[in-house]
Amino acid sequence: MKELSLHILDIVQNSIAADANLIDIKIVENLAIDKLIIEVVDNGRGMEEEMTERVKDPFVTGRKTRKVGLGIPLLYEACTRCGGDLRIESEIGKGTKVICWFKHSHIDRAPLGNMIDTILTLIMGNPHIDITYLHIIDEREMRFDTREVRKVLGEVPINEPQVLSWIRDYLKEGFNSIYGGANI
Amino acid sequence: MKTLKDLEEIRKRTLDTINLRKDQSGTRIVVGMATCGIAAGARPVLLAIMEEVEKNDLSDVIVAQTGCIGMCKLEPIVEVYRPGEEKVTYVKMNPSKAKRVVNEHVMQGKVVQDYTIGAEE
Repeated sequence: MKELSLHILDIVQNSIAADANLIDIKIVENLAIDKLIIEVVDNGRGMEEEMTERVKDPFVTGRKTRKVGLGIPLLYEACTRCGGDLRIESEIGKGTKVICWFKHSHIDRAPLGNMIDTILTLIMGNPHIDITYLHIIDEREMRFDTREVRKVLGEVPINEPQVLSWIRDYLKEGFNSIYGGANI
Repeated sequence: MKTLKDLEEIRKRTLDTINLRKDQSGTRIVVGMATCGIAAGARPVLLAIMEEVEKNDLSDVIVAQTGCIGMCKLEPIVEVYRPGEEKVTYVKMNPSKAKRVVNEHVMQGKVVQDYTIGAEE
């Protein structure tokens, strides 16, 4: 994948397939220790501990239509070739946490890319799932929570075009504030 | 600054239109959004379709996402279901092709033959 935000869009599909209705995405860029950490936590159905190691293998998948699943293996490859790693913690009936990290300055690390488009794509396709986003860069941070948006919207669906456009602008402002106005 | 107050305004403005949308059965546009689709560029395709739908105020069009349908090398794949017509599968899409499909097929009912899976094979 050309952007880490595409990996995130991809692995969140696993949470959706596991019937999660709340997905927390967290990005931490800690420049002091030269680390970029991505965390995706869901409240889906979870998996056996043994499976959490096996899903790094492309020939292991939970689906029944075919025998390969590349989402986690691709992300795992991306981390390990950049001085990082990937771990999965899961509990049946409670949910799954995927945490992975990269050496921030590693030459092979793909850029984070367009997180706004990833979040919008997720909301568009899954209007009934709540998503929270927390992005921390050293001491700066931005937050977004679809539950807060929903509270104001009442019966108006969150994937209404005008609402999505508000979310896009809101996120843009957030990213501008943590990146100090630099283009991302 | 975008505030929750703006959102409240949007809520008031859109309440009437959503009720209209509820009882319409219009065209469905489905974009493949599995690992293969995402890696091949499905995200910008989906966003281009949404943008076009919004720009032309196509309130009876539903844009949805699906998983992998087993033709990974032809991704990004977009399927168009118009009521009463057979499904059309478009392959190897990009944002500009997607816009053309919305303008010609979804809005005017003319299938863009060049991009269909039939043309590819």
